[in-house]
Amino acid sequence: MTLPLSLSQAPQRRRGTGGGTHQQWLLPVTALALIFLVNALLSPSFFSLGVVEGHLYGSLVDILHRGAPLALLAIGMSIVIGTGGIDLSVGAIIAICGSLMAVLIQQDVSPLLTTLLTLGAGLLCGLWNGLLVAVLRIQPIVATLILMVAGRGIAQMITGGQIVTFHSEVFGQLGSGYLVMLPMRVILTALVLGLLIALVRRSALGLFIEAVGGNAEASRLAGIDSRGILIGAYLISGLCAAFAGMIIAADISGADANNAGLWMEMDAILAVVIGGASLAGGRFYLGLTLLGTLVIQSLTTSILVSGLPAQYNLLVKALVILVFLLIQSRPVKQRLLGWLQRRRPSPKS
Amino acid sequence: MKNERWIPVLATLLVLLLLYAFGVSQYRNFASTLVLGNLLTDNAFVIIAGVGMTLVILSGGIDLSVGSMIAFTGVLIALLVGQAGWHPLAAIGFALLLGTCIGAIMGYLIDAFELQPFIVTLALMFLLRGLAFLLSLESVPIDPPFVEQFANFRIPLPGRGWLTASALVMLVVLLAGMVLAHYTRFGTNVYAVGGDKSSAALLGVSVRGTLVGVYACSGFTSALAGVIYTLYTASGYPLATVGVELDVIAAVVIGGTLLTGGVGFIFGTLLGGLIQGVIQTLIAFDGSLNSWWTKIVIGLLLFIFIVLQRLLSRSFGSMLKAA
Repeated sequence: MTLPLSLSQAPQRRRGTGGGTHQQWLLPVTALALIFLVNALLSPSFFSLGVVEGHLYGSLVDILHRGAPLALLAIGMSIVIGTGGIDLSVGAIIAICGSLMAVLIQQDVSPLLTTLLTLGAGLLCGLWNGLLVAVLRIQPIVATLILMVAGRGIAQMITGGQIVTFHSEVFGQLGSGYLVMLPMRVILTALVLGLLIALVRRSALGLFIEAVGGNAEASRLAGIDSRGILIGAYLISGLCAAFAGMIIAADISGADANNAGLWMEMDAILAVVIGGASLAGGRFYLGLTLLGTLVIQSLTTSILVSGLPAQYNLLVKALVILVFLLIQSRPVKQRLLGWLQRRRPSPKS
Repeated sequence: MKNERWIPVLATLLVLLLLYAFGVSQYRNFASTLVLGNLLTDNAFVIIAGVGMTLVILSGGIDLSVGSMIAFTGVLIALLVGQAGWHPLAAIGFALLLGTCIGAIMGYLIDAFELQPFIVTLALMFLLRGLAFLLSLESVPIDPPFVEQFANFRIPLPGRGWLTASALVMLVVLLAGMVLAHYTRFGTNVYAVGGDKSSAALLGVSVRGTLVGVYACSGFTSALAGVIYTLYTASGYPLATVGVELDVIAAVVIGGTLLTGGVGFIFGTLLGGLIQGVIQTLIAFDGSLNSWWTKIVIGLLLFIFIVLQRLLSRSFGSMLKAA
């Protein structure tokens, strides 16, 4: 076992457990503001909101609409990262759950049972990851890699290697329905996330997760069931991925085992990193992660709106993630802090 | 303890032999050198990339950029040869140099900024894939005579099989990797850094130099895998080899290299790559099984080998404590 990185780092001052310090808000907010500024300059229509057939309509709504699955993934990922882990399998879980849902709807299973079974499949995937990490003590990257590799195979097995399409009133609502002018999926996602955030931050659970992420052995000795917390974190991540998979499948009224959720695990990790979480575990911010999701999704939408080929997304995202990593790395932070401290005393003297 | 390190590799060898024996017992033509030659050729690029990946994993890191690097190299070479009119060898040399430099920069970022290898190489995976798209959105064919010569060069094996140029390059890289890892000071340093970074640093190993070297090696082998893949398919395609990094990592892990770093053998990666190849060949021979079984079986094998490693390293730990 190597020492968790957070132990060797200088202790950081933290206020509260919810949102992080002002400094941590600064970076993602600046990024979001920058993206909006560029958009405002390039296409002023970006911010226009209209009402078409009783639905709110515009680029900003589109960001929320498309960002809903990513927000779910990112919150699950953020909790897993808080425990010092990572979940690479969420993309594969999306494919599995989407495929399962499509096949069940085709078989005329009732919507309620379909939902329960699909979410159950996500929980099962999460349980598998959690058991590997917590009981067999396999490194999280590797443990979740197994499902990442095998998961798409399982999804293809479920669909029989074909793209399964379906027609369903109930799930069509989930994909593209509206409720009081807002997209249904945004409202549902907000509900789920609200519940999750309340569960994690209004109870001691968040603290336990951070304790396990900081030092699993120490928190076990302090009386925390670290094994249970770890398994729970992967269960939540699996459940979030299952829900995201349902939304994605419902959106296109079909399931594509090969491409559903492809590379979304990367976007989710990116959102968490932009949200200022430490990949070594021990600290995570759910609110900031949601902000990170907005940054990623606005970036994606802006590239689409600006008329560049969608593939350039990757290039831009890579540069953004590199910049964020460098700014948040310890050597750069220390140098910045040193520079600030040298400057600060001068006006007083 | 020296013997215990060989157990994962021996287990891999056993699995490979069992799978092969199963194939031979089921299908008449499985034992022919034709199948063997194809096995080496078809998996050459995975194993070449695997050599660099083994070094990276031995040093305690991971490199997720392999698949993108292969695609990027392919598109780059195809464009340099097809549109800029470079000689293929010059284009290949340039691509290899570029790959090595990119890898070295990655190693520097990881060490100098104390970043986690997986997130840096993940960013690079996006970056290279994006660059490949920037160069071309479509598949670019390459058809100078050199490519044909490369494809046609082959040494006949006894029986009906051939040893192709791809397979030869793979064997040379494998040999070079084994010498580098097991018989040079650099190789010893890689094992030391992977075993315990701070101890290695205290013993006077240059951690930064080693990590930069390791990722430069991985960049080189990924680019070389890209070259082989491009010559093999005679085209550069920006969407090629999505997810190949997982196959490569699986080959390394199945080959018995410990993902925590410090323990493993380059030779195991050859076995790991071949196991995946044999599984694919078996599924192709069967005909009734679908391609997704490859993924599921490889996932299963990954699981078995990781658990095996886990148990072994646990007995390592108890042995160390007893000593």
